[in-house]
Amino acid sequence: MEDLSFRHPVRARASGARRTAIVGVVASGNLEVLVERVLPDAECVVDIRTAAMGFGEIWSAVIGDFVEHYSPGGLKFSINDGGARPDTVSLRLAQAVRLIAGEGQ
Amino acid sequence: MTAPLKDITPAERARGTSFYEASARTRLELLLDVGSLVEFIGPEQREVSPHLKIFDLPEQFDDGIVVGHGRLDGSPVFFAAQEGRFMGGAFGEVHGAKLTGLLRAARQIGSIPVLILLDTGGVRLQEANAGELAIAEIMRAVMEARAAGVKVIGLIGGRSGCYGGGGLIAGCCSALAVSEPGRIAVSGPEVIETNRGVEEFDSRDRALVWRTMGGKHRRLLGAADVFADDTVQDFREAALELLALAGSFGLDRLKAEQQRLADRLRSFGACGDAVDIWTAEGIADAQAIPELPADQFIALANRIGRTRRDAR
Repeated sequence: MEDLSFRHPVRARASGARRTAIVGVVASGNLEVLVERVLPDAECVVDIRTAAMGFGEIWSAVIGDFVEHYSPGGLKFSINDGGARPDTVSLRLAQAVRLIAGEGQ
Repeated sequence: MTAPLKDITPAERARGTSFYEASARTRLELLLDVGSLVEFIGPEQREVSPHLKIFDLPEQFDDGIVVGHGRLDGSPVFFAAQEGRFMGGAFGEVHGAKLTGLLRAARQIGSIPVLILLDTGGVRLQEANAGELAIAEIMRAVMEARAAGVKVIGLIGGRSGCYGGGGLIAGCCSALAVSEPGRIAVSGPEVIETNRGVEEFDSRDRALVWRTMGGKHRRLLGAADVFADDTVQDFREAALELLALAGSFGLDRLKAEQQRLADRLRSFGACGDAVDIWTAEGIADAQAIPELPADQFIALANRIGRTRRDAR
């Protein structure tokens, strides 16, 4: 297992009022993303625990693109990864942002 | 995409969603009344397994089970839903403790039923003893809840089926609903083949697996009370039907169930295959059962009406 953490300054606060959301499942080639609205509006943190070692640079690129595209200010993402491909990671992160922007708790 | 989705009613969404394909949370969201789901010990509390990190295995924040309370057609229910894709829905220490705690709460309150969406291969091997203990505790908690007047309904239609200790827990429930892809057994196909040889049971023979452990056979044998089509809405309707059907529990029911099982063994003990059992039950074209669409199968099963709700 490998632990990674990325902290990014963000230009705008993520929309919505939900406090937490979760998407995905930890399985082979899949991952779960827990997102919590717990940070200052201009920050975003992504903590990753992954079964696939040595992919830090790829994670860094995927998360950099994600933060640039979605501006997820105020959100902390916690990921348990079962060896998902970058496209699956991007999809789950996008789902998580959409879910926490929706209605509910 | 969002605009047309808003026009779809929850029942239509549930009708169009495969129970088998859905995640544990999606099953619950569509099974329960809209917006009524409240989770206990949610993923944000990070109550993960204490054992998986020893094996360098990834954890999941809810340890593969969602527990809580909600409403079903306006009435309160407790629920537990296993996530069959995380470690095959297997029971570990935390996973089991969440279900045991839920059942004990239900026993104390005494009037709110419990829905268990079983989707499991059994005990998580990495948590062997803790997992076995969890199964024993859950079985005891189910029986104590039932003895206190709580209805415990099992819903089985997930990708991992209901195997190992999960099969034992299912056997303790007040009533069960099962769909065709849902399988119920204690020893899974590979376990039987490994221990008794391929001539006893060929685990790669999918048709054999399904007609031995699959939902249709379990319904015809009376091991499951209701056969549901593979949609969340069908399971919702099955849950409501079973909540209305499940009776009280006591020594008389246990004796009746013992009698039913003895009769079953006497009637079918010599049968070598499920098709022989169906034929002995008086089904004219028993060979055709695996191919029957759900509605035709339900009509046939209701005509035969073998299910007698005794201990269950």
